[in-house]
This record gives sequence, C-alpha cells and structure tokens, in this order.
Amino acid sequence: MSILILAEHDGKHIKQSTRQAVTAAGAWQLPVHLLVTGSNSTDLASEAAGIAGVAKVLHADAAQFEHPLAEDVAALLVQLGTDYKVILSAHTAFSKSVLPRVAALLDVAMVSDAISITAPATYVRPIYAGNVLTTVESSDAIQVVTVRATSFAAAAGGASAEVAAVNVPASAGLSRWIREDKTVSDRPELSSARVVVSGGRSLAERFDELLEPLAHHFGAALGATRAAVDAGFAPNDIQVGQTGTIVAPELYFAIGISGAMQHLAGMKDSKIIVAINHDPDAPIFQYADYGLVANLFDAVPELTKALS
Amino acid sequence: MKVLVAVKHVVDYNIKPRVKPDGSDVDIAGVKLSINPFDEIAVEEAVRLKERGVATEVIAVTIGKANSQDSLRHALAMGADKAILIETEAEMQPLGVAKLLKSVVEREQPGLIILGKQAIDDDLGQTGQMLAALVNVGQGTFASIIDIKGDEIEVTREIDGGTDVVALKLPAVVTTDLRLNEPRFIKLPNLMMAKKKPVETIKADDLGVDFNPRLKQLKVADPEPRKPGIKVANVAELVEKLRLAEVL
Repeated sequence: MSILILAEHDGKHIKQSTRQAVTAAGAWQLPVHLLVTGSNSTDLASEAAGIAGVAKVLHADAAQFEHPLAEDVAALLVQLGTDYKVILSAHTAFSKSVLPRVAALLDVAMVSDAISITAPATYVRPIYAGNVLTTVESSDAIQVVTVRATSFAAAAGGASAEVAAVNVPASAGLSRWIREDKTVSDRPELSSARVVVSGGRSLAERFDELLEPLAHHFGAALGATRAAVDAGFAPNDIQVGQTGTIVAPELYFAIGISGAMQHLAGMKDSKIIVAINHDPDAPIFQYADYGLVANLFDAVPELTKALS
Repeated sequence: MKVLVAVKHVVDYNIKPRVKPDGSDVDIAGVKLSINPFDEIAVEEAVRLKERGVATEVIAVTIGKANSQDSLRHALAMGADKAILIETEAEMQPLGVAKLLKSVVEREQPGLIILGKQAIDDDLGQTGQMLAALVNVGQGTFASIIDIKGDEIEVTREIDGGTDVVALKLPAVVTTDLRLNEPRFIKLPNLMMAKKKPVETIKADDLGVDFNPRLKQLKVADPEPRKPGIKVANVAELVEKLRLAEVL
C-alpha cells in the first residue's frame, strides 16, 4: 500500500505546501505517490518528480483541469484512491474543498489540519481556534487527511521519480469555472513567507503606506487582521487567523493588532513575534517575544529607517 | 425554491474553552452556547433570498441535543420559516451529520442548501462538501457572493491568493465565508414571533442512518505556552534585540 498526495500548483510551480505535505507523509514509511492535475502540465509533472521522497508521479493531464474544480478532482481521487492507504494534502483552500468530498464518497472520516502525525493513524490537530489540541485516532481503511503545511519542513528537490499518465474520468458537469481574480504581488506567498508584516484596523488608510516599506525591507509577506479586512484597508486573501491563512514565519510583526483569539490562532506558532501597539494592555503582548508600546505612526517609519 | 440551512449550536466565539483536568475532553458544562457564526451568515443569506423573492421557504435544521433548539429559534427569529431538530445525545462528526442532512434533503427537496464553511469548535470544515458529495450536487465553498441565474448559481469563492467564480447547477451546496453578509440584529418582536413558528423534532435514530463517530478522541491538551517575552523601551532597542536574535 502507498500514500497518494494531491499536489497543488499555480500553473508554473508546485506549491511549497505540497513539498511540506510530502514530509508529513514520512510518518507512514510507505511509498509516496504525487497526483498532479493540470492541462498541458508536463513541466509541472517533471518538477513534481524531482521532489525528494516521491516514488511516483501520477499525471492527470486534461483540458478540464486547466482550472480544476472540486467535483472533478474528487471524482478522479475516488477512482484512484481505493488502491491507497492514505490520501493526503496540505490544508489549503483547494484541498479543503476537495478532500471532504473524497472522504464522503469513500465513506470514511477525514482529519483536517493535522499538525503532527504521532502514529500511522493518530493525529494531533487544533480545535477551538487553536486554544486546544486534540489527539484523534482513525480506524478507517483509507485515511483522508489534510496537514498544516507550516508544521512540516519542505521536502527538497533533486530526485527523479517515474511519471505515469492516469486516465481522467469525464466531468460530471455539476459545475463550471468562470473566472478568477488573484492578487498580483511580487511578494512571497503568505503561508510560506520567512517574515510576515501584519497590521490591524488602527492603521486605517495608511495600512499600505506604513507596512509596505517595512515588508519590502525583509522581502516579507503582508498580513492583516479580520477587522482591517472588513474595514476595507486590506484585501481578504491576506487575512491571518482561524478563518484566514495560518502562518508560522521566523519573524512576525503584529502592528496595531490587539491579539483577538481568532487572530492568534493564525500566527501564534511564529518563531519570533514582535508587537507594536499603543495600548500596553493589548493581549498581543502576552504572546510577543518583543513588545513595543508606541504610536504606530511614528514607530513603524522609525523602525523601517533604522533597518535600512 | 426552498432553501435549507444547517446550523450548529457551539460554544460562543468569545469564550476561551477549558480542558478538563483529566484531559478527556473540553469542559463545556455551564458554558454559553450560541449559533455558529458562519451558520448565522448562512441563515442571513437564505432570508435575504426570500426577501428578494428568490426563495419561497427557508428551513433551518440542526443536529444535536435538545438545547440545540436555541440556535434554531435564533434562525427562526432571523426569518427562517420553520425548523427541524434532529435530536440525538450521541457525539456527532461531519460524515454522520452529512448523512443525516442527506435524509432531510431527500425529504424536503430544497433548491439550495447553505451551511457555514466551518464550525468554530471542531474547526473541521467538512460537512458541506461531504453533503454535496452524498447528494451528488455541485459545491460552492467559502462563498463571499452568491447570485442565482436561472437554473444555476454563481458563487464567488474566497481562495488562497484571491477569489474565483464558479457556476453550479441547482440544486447545489454553498458554504459561507465571513464576507458573504452581515447578519441582522434580532429585534424583540421577532424573537417573540419565532416562539410561535414550528419546530419539528425527529429522533436521529429513526432516520436509519449510520452516524456513529469514526474518529476516536484519545485526549485533549492545552497547546504549549509561549515563553514570556519582554517589552522594549524604543525602536533602537527593538532593532538591537532582533539583531541578537539573528532574524534581521
């Protein structure tokens, strides 16, 4: 028996989170197969074949996977999945849509967002916005699992696995892709950035003006609280928290962020947390390694200047 | 078109849960429970569809103990027409919930099913997708805009790095992102009116569905606390500390 990992890519490269899922799969000590879906995606399959620890790449190349839909990808995974012990992926928007559908069709339970795999069917995962960790055991014949990418190191490249084409079932026609609107940015992807500079609502219209130069210095990703997003100061897709992206960078700047439970769930595993806030009683200071009580509008430009 | 909305009664989002001393579970005895915030957004969206004349009837359904009725009353006060309580004392997990909801879908034949994208207690985020799979319909997860166009629904979804738009054949399952809407404030008269609306109770055991939990919880624990940090006096000191920590 082997493990099947659903790979994810942006059309150009396999995502970092997929490499992290490959590392997580090591817990089983079974051969790892990577499923790459796409259209005209030979280069992606070759890149996937180079990931250390991958024994085989299953390449599902079809026009319908130009923009893969959950319904069609799930049907493909169900067709392949009965030959596998584990169906695994990183806990991303894509996999969150696809894998529960697969689990239901296979009539098995699913484990979401595992942060550690302590035995081949025993998982630790956060519940209640990361305030509690639960250890669960699954007795199903096929394990369907998503893992929190930031809890695992990324598998290196340099390998050369076999690539095998797989038959793609015809689309069930339940859904159609219409368009997408991705934020164009030369910054690193939020979930895998080494440094994240995040801001709250109190930055108001000056959100970008204050945070961009600091982020630029580090080549950091920008993050935001839900309040900053709701108030329209930052785009939705950079929200850090229980309901947004979960990050665990080496360095996290929480600027003008009070530290609500929902936000902490998304960043409290960062290696070093720096908080800058004018309110000395803000809960964020209980989590910050280095806290500075100061007026943001003075302190942030001063910090940017001191660093450059 | 009937709209079915599934709601869950959960520990209120403002409350920090405590682990029982024996580590067997989270202690929710005496803790304030309320409607899962994502499900409140689902109810709001369904009620708006009715107000626009798109939906003819809004049915709220929940699965759980008798006290889950409180979340159904909340949905009725927001404008749902009737409610169904699938009553059970058993522990519920998404696959079992999806199977029980499927039997409600078969009976009520809704044109659209709306659920929250995740419950804030188990944080699993699976039920909507599982239900869509079992009913064999399309799914629009993490919806921030929905738009019904003839026999299709267009769903704008919040995805990593932006949004995308998919069109689903109706009936379909939609799960709500926080951005879909702002749930209305419930006025007292609506609360009184909701008491008169019908709540049907069905015993989960009578539905002939296997909803036994598949995952066994071995233990729960508090996460590792962070080491206490320090406050620095000024920007210069902050920069110096970060240099020493070798992260600059």
